[in-house]
Amino acid sequence: MRIFKTVGLLVLLALAIVFPMLFPNPTVTTIAIFTLLFAAMATGWNIISGYTGYVALGHAAFFGIGAYALALMCQAWNVPGGYLPFLLVPVAGIIVIPVSALFGWIALRVRRHTFIVITIAMFFIVQLLAYNLRSITQGSTGLGLPIPIDWGGDFYNTPFYYVTLALLLIAIAISWWIRNSKFGLGLLAIRDDEDRAVGLGVRTVSSKLAAFIISAVIVAMAGAIWAYFVESIYPATTFDPNFDVAMALMAFLGGLGTLSGPILGAFILEPAQQYFAIYYGQSGYYLIVYGALFLVVIILMPRGIIPTVRDRWHQIQATRNQRRGELGLAITALPDKNASADVEKKEGINL
Amino acid sequence: MGLIVEAIITGVLTGGIYALMSSGLTLLFGVMEIINVGQGALVILGAYLSYVLEQDLHIDLFLGLLITMPVMFGLGLLIEFLFIRPVKGDRTMLSILVTYGVALIIEGILNLIFTANNIQLHAWYITASFDVGGFYLAYIYVFSFLLAVILLAGLYILLYRTKLGYSLRATIQNRTAAELIGIDVKRISTITFGIGIALAAAGGMGFGATNAFDAGSAYDLISRLLAIIIFGGMGSLSGALIASVGMLVIEDVTSVVWSPIWASTVFFILLVIILVVRPQGLLGQVEGRKQ
Amino acid sequence: MSMLEAEGLCKAFGGIRALDTCSISVEKGSITGLIGPNGSGKTTMFNVMTGYERVDSGQVHFEGQSITNASPAKVFRLGIGRTFQLTRVFPRLTVLENMHVAVQRNDFIGLLGRWSSSHEQKRALELLDFVGLTALKNEPAGILSYGQKKLLEFAYILIADPQVILLDEPAGGINPTMVNYLTERIRALNERGVTFLVVEHNMEFVMSLCSKVMVMHRGTRIAEGTPAEVRSNPAVLEAYLGD
Repeated sequence: MRIFKTVGLLVLLALAIVFPMLFPNPTVTTIAIFTLLFAAMATGWNIISGYTGYVALGHAAFFGIGAYALALMCQAWNVPGGYLPFLLVPVAGIIVIPVSALFGWIALRVRRHTFIVITIAMFFIVQLLAYNLRSITQGSTGLGLPIPIDWGGDFYNTPFYYVTLALLLIAIAISWWIRNSKFGLGLLAIRDDEDRAVGLGVRTVSSKLAAFIISAVIVAMAGAIWAYFVESIYPATTFDPNFDVAMALMAFLGGLGTLSGPILGAFILEPAQQYFAIYYGQSGYYLIVYGALFLVVIILMPRGIIPTVRDRWHQIQATRNQRRGELGLAITALPDKNASADVEKKEGINL
Repeated sequence: MGLIVEAIITGVLTGGIYALMSSGLTLLFGVMEIINVGQGALVILGAYLSYVLEQDLHIDLFLGLLITMPVMFGLGLLIEFLFIRPVKGDRTMLSILVTYGVALIIEGILNLIFTANNIQLHAWYITASFDVGGFYLAYIYVFSFLLAVILLAGLYILLYRTKLGYSLRATIQNRTAAELIGIDVKRISTITFGIGIALAAAGGMGFGATNAFDAGSAYDLISRLLAIIIFGGMGSLSGALIASVGMLVIEDVTSVVWSPIWASTVFFILLVIILVVRPQGLLGQVEGRKQ
Repeated sequence: MSMLEAEGLCKAFGGIRALDTCSISVEKGSITGLIGPNGSGKTTMFNVMTGYERVDSGQVHFEGQSITNASPAKVFRLGIGRTFQLTRVFPRLTVLENMHVAVQRNDFIGLLGRWSSSHEQKRALELLDFVGLTALKNEPAGILSYGQKKLLEFAYILIADPQVILLDEPAGGINPTMVNYLTERIRALNERGVTFLVVEHNMEFVMSLCSKVMVMHRGTRIAEGTPAEVRSNPAVLEAYLGD
């Protein structure tokens, strides 16, 4: 089983790497870039929302901050178009660390329900600041990013594709590592029963904050790449609540809290969304269909695809095991058959 | 100085309208533990309904509420029954996504029917104003404030003097316990949702009468409503009331004293301050356990 | 020699005095019982002694050191473990993962490493074997029966090598065979030097296991002694039957 998994993953990776060569059509690669970007964002977002259960709906703020950070750096240091701006993407991520630390510290002091709303509010605060801090962000006029003029027509998308793929792989690596670490175990314990985790010595406050910051950094880097890709950014397009919704819905569709769920969700939803955008534009129809899609997904598959599939798989396994009699053994596992002779009487109220 | 007084007065009066819109929102959180991010869209829907009644049927805005409020109440019942009740799992988080989906659909429909043009509601009391010690105050502000007072008083009576209200308050305090003493929590939830949306209809009329709007206004609105209920304490009606008036007054005064651009930011700065100083909001419940 | 001592604890919830100048002491190496009618304040005692509730007044000492109002995490790290009346396990984690939550790694690098080292794994498996849950080690803890969850909770506290364990109604809601089993496990651990303080309603359980029993009523201690002494104490009988 293990071998199938590893081989399968390697095949997927190989396909991902040769994809632009197989499908050089710019429309296709553009959709691919957005898909990979959202997959990375959803994976990063999952680290706080999925692993700890503190659902953050304001990460689009970090996306925007990352975008503006890159734009401002390129402007300030006169970075020419080409490969150089990509090197600044991690820097945009680092810039977000103190910001997210502050936001996280404020937001994580309350219980989950209020936390959700606070993150939403924080997003709007940042959006407002983007409009109003004209001296920094140029307000509604927007900012431009360097344009790589050397990259001719068909080639243009290729570097973006590989950088985005790299970001996705990094996000997956981080998410995977967290899930298998002691730190990650703490996060999952927090999700299941935070009070109990506290009582057992898990450092919940710093763990949650760390998860928050890590997820913010990944999302910010995605924002930076996006900014460079779209060439010019404005507060309205960069700080768009739909990014939050997209991250949430994708992670949620695939399975919140799983490693591959967010990726699956992105791979399903982003191409679909792009398709809708092309055929229906931004008109009312688009909104209606998108909204309806939401409702269908949430009501029919509340836990997401991967957990539902996994459960089915376990059910099948369990039935198989039952036939083999293994499950019978597991349930009656009370090794010590030499019970004390004393407690034979049924006296003593047990409840 | 006169400007500041004027700002305070307008702040208080518009605060009333926001109190109408946000009371529904906080009530829904208190009773059902759901966050209706579609409240903004529903308010706008209410505004459009009032618009249609006034434009095509020449029904006065306030009288029109006798139609729009029951209609929206019914819509609320429908939405709750169809989309919120069947949701299983983490209700709060899922409710956000569900109500967002509903909001998108409403926005889409409104966009199709009315296009993206800004409109505003019309009535004699919107354009006419009266003299208040030096500045002119449009009648609409006073009227809608009175409306807010009447409706919120009505809500208060409902909550504290009727059996339904009793059940509602019990459910807010402890859902499980309420169920155990025989309160039909599901029915209460549905009715509460209806009430919340009916209030949104009224708020929509008030909002539409004092602001130009289109289908996209919902976003800005919901951000402010959320800020208000966090500030006041999620689930607390009095909190929503105080926060609405308070934050609007501060915003209007800031607009006069500092600048209109920063006025809306100050709204959120207040929010951040309260979050740092008192995370549960002014009148919110302090949580013993974080779960 | 008194290992865990509570002196004059007072705790009120609104108008209700859950603890009214209550003092108890637990001797090192003993299995001490704490009984009393419903509402006498036993669980509040536990909560206050382990840091889940703050006291209004009074002191708690562990091996001479004051732990009054210390946080639950600190109490746990000092070597005092406790279980809950309504068993708390981490339902979405596997049984084995549940075991590892309480394992302490005090360095930062430790946090970054894999969630279970071979040494920790060994110990976890040992303990799972001790409570008989080995076959279920890879199942999500949520599917365990109530009794199995109790055993798991017991086990994952043990992994931190506590010196004192406070058990809140360990025999509650489980069948007699399981109760026996649990009794055996507690005795075995006690022989290895672990001290126990047990709150229980199941009299057979308490009488057979505990060397000393304390009785609470209306927030304070009304009697203490050997099981036989307490059984025949008129004040105790009145507390249980009188109300």
